[in-house]
Amino acid sequence: MSAILEARNLRAAYGDRPVIFGIDLAVPERGIVALLGANGAGKTTTLRALLAEVRTWGDVRYQGQSIAGKSTQDLVRMGMVMVPEGRGTFTDFTVEENLLLGAYSRRDKDGIRRDIERMYGYFPVLGQRRKQRAGSMSGGEQQMLAIARALMSRPKLLLLDEPSLGLAPLIVQEIFGILTTINREEGVSMLLVEQDAVRALKVATYAYLLETGRVALEGTAEQLAASDDVRRAYLGY
Amino acid sequence: MTEFIQLVLAGTANGCIYGLLALALVLIYRSTHIINFGQGEMAMFSTYICWSFLNAGMGYWVAVPLTLILAFAAGIAVQRVLIRPVQNAPELTIVIVTLGLYLFFNSLALWIYSGVPKPFPLPTGIRQASWQVGDIFIIPYHLFIFAVLITLMAVLYVLFQRTKLGLGLRAAAAQPASSRLVGINVNWMLALGWGIAAAAGALAGMLSAPVVQLEPNFMATILIFSFASATLGGFDSPPGAVVGGIAIGNIVALGGRYIEFIGTQLDIVLALVVIVAVLLIRPAGLFGRQVVQRV
Repeated sequence: MSAILEARNLRAAYGDRPVIFGIDLAVPERGIVALLGANGAGKTTTLRALLAEVRTWGDVRYQGQSIAGKSTQDLVRMGMVMVPEGRGTFTDFTVEENLLLGAYSRRDKDGIRRDIERMYGYFPVLGQRRKQRAGSMSGGEQQMLAIARALMSRPKLLLLDEPSLGLAPLIVQEIFGILTTINREEGVSMLLVEQDAVRALKVATYAYLLETGRVALEGTAEQLAASDDVRRAYLGY
Repeated sequence: MTEFIQLVLAGTANGCIYGLLALALVLIYRSTHIINFGQGEMAMFSTYICWSFLNAGMGYWVAVPLTLILAFAAGIAVQRVLIRPVQNAPELTIVIVTLGLYLFFNSLALWIYSGVPKPFPLPTGIRQASWQVGDIFIIPYHLFIFAVLITLMAVLYVLFQRTKLGLGLRAAAAQPASSRLVGINVNWMLALGWGIAAAAGALAGMLSAPVVQLEPNFMATILIFSFASATLGGFDSPPGAVVGGIAIGNIVALGGRYIEFIGTQLDIVLALVVIVAVLLIRPAGLFGRQVVQRV
C-alpha cells in the first residue's frame, strides 16, 4: 500500500524549545491513521509541523515528493488541509462565507457552488444556517463547519485535531460517522489526533501512540486496542 | 439659519477629508491593531508627488490617478520593508516605527520641496465661483469632495463585500491563523491593506491641498481630526470612520462659531474633547464592536 504522507525523523520546536524528537509515521493512501497520546505528548505539534506552521526538521514526503521549504499555503493548495483544534471558525463571517473561504485556493466557481451544496447535504444544519454568523453557532455545529470548510478545498489528506473535543457524545458520533463516509466515498486520507482513543481506534486502521514527543508504540488499530499498555495508560480501564 | 447651513456645508466637506484619512487609519488598525502615525505624512508626501507631476505640465486627471497608483505601491513597499520585520514585535515597537515614518516623510518633504507653501490647483473642470441658492452659497469643490468620498465608499464596499479578494482581505485581518490554514497568503493581504490605506490617505491629501495650501506640515492637524473621527466612529469600522469624519467636520465648524472662546484657534481642542468623551462613554465608538476580553 503506498503512502500519501511519510515522515522520517520529524522534529519540531517552538522557538528554541524542542517539542517533538524524531517521529516516523506514515498515512496510507485512502487510509485513516490515529495519533494518540496524553496532553502535551506532541500530537498537535506533529500536525503543525507537517503543515510547516512551526520550525521543523526532518524528511517529510507528501505524494512521494519532499515538501521541505513549502509554506502552509502551498501545502493547502497541494491538498493537505488541517481542521484545527478549536475549529478555526471565522466567527464574524456567515456560514456560507466560511465555506467560500475554505475554497480560497480554488478557482472553479461552478465547482465551488456545487461543493457548497454538497456540504449542505452532508451537514443539513449548515444549510439551514447559511446566512447566520458562524460564531453564534454551537460547538458541534462549528466543528461540522470546520470539517466542511476543510473539505471545500478538495483535500487529499485531512489533518484533524481533536474533532470530538468538548462535544456531546451524540454529536461526536454523528461527526465520526460523516468522517468515515467521506473517507470511504471520496477517498480522503486522514490523520486523526484524538484524546478519545476508543473512538479513534474504531475508525482508524493504524495508530501511533506518542509520549513526550516520541512514538512510544505503533500498530494496527486492533493491536493498539488490545495492548495492555495503551488500555491502562490511555484508555483508562 | 443661513449661516448655520453654510457652516454645515463647509464642515461636511472638511469632514469628508477627515473621514478619508480616518478610513486609512482604520483599514490598517483592523488588520494589525496598530495606529499608523505616519499615515498623514505619507499622504502629504503623495500630495507633493502629485504637485511635481502637475508642475511638470501633466494634467490633473492624469496626475491624480498616477499618484494614487504610486501611493498604493509605496504603501505595500512600506509594509513589506519596514512593518513586516517587526510585525510580531510588541505594539510599542511598531508604534515607534510608524513615528519614524512620520519623521522620515516630513523631513524628506522639507529637504526636497522646502517649507515654502505651494499652490495646489482645483481639479480641472471644477469652477471656483460658487452657486447661489436663495441665501446660501454652494461651493462646487465641496460637492466634488463629497462625490469622491461616496464613490470611494462604493468601490470599497464592492471590493470588500462582493469579491473574493475582499473576502480574503477581511479574513486575513480578522483571523490570520485560520486564514493561513485555508491557503490565504496573509502577509500579502496585510501588504495590500497598507496599499489601499496609503491610496485613501493620498486622496485625502490631494483633496485638501487646494483648500489649505501644500506645505510639509499640512496634514498634521488633519491627522489629529482623523484620530478623533476614527475614535468616534469606531477604530474597527470603515463606515464608522467616514461618518465620524463628517461628524467631526461639523463639530469643529459649528463649535468654532457658536462656542465663543473656541474660535478657529482652539478648534483642535474640540477633537480632544470628542476623543476623551468617546473613550469615557463608549470606548468602541459609534459603529465599533465592543470587544469583551477575559482577564
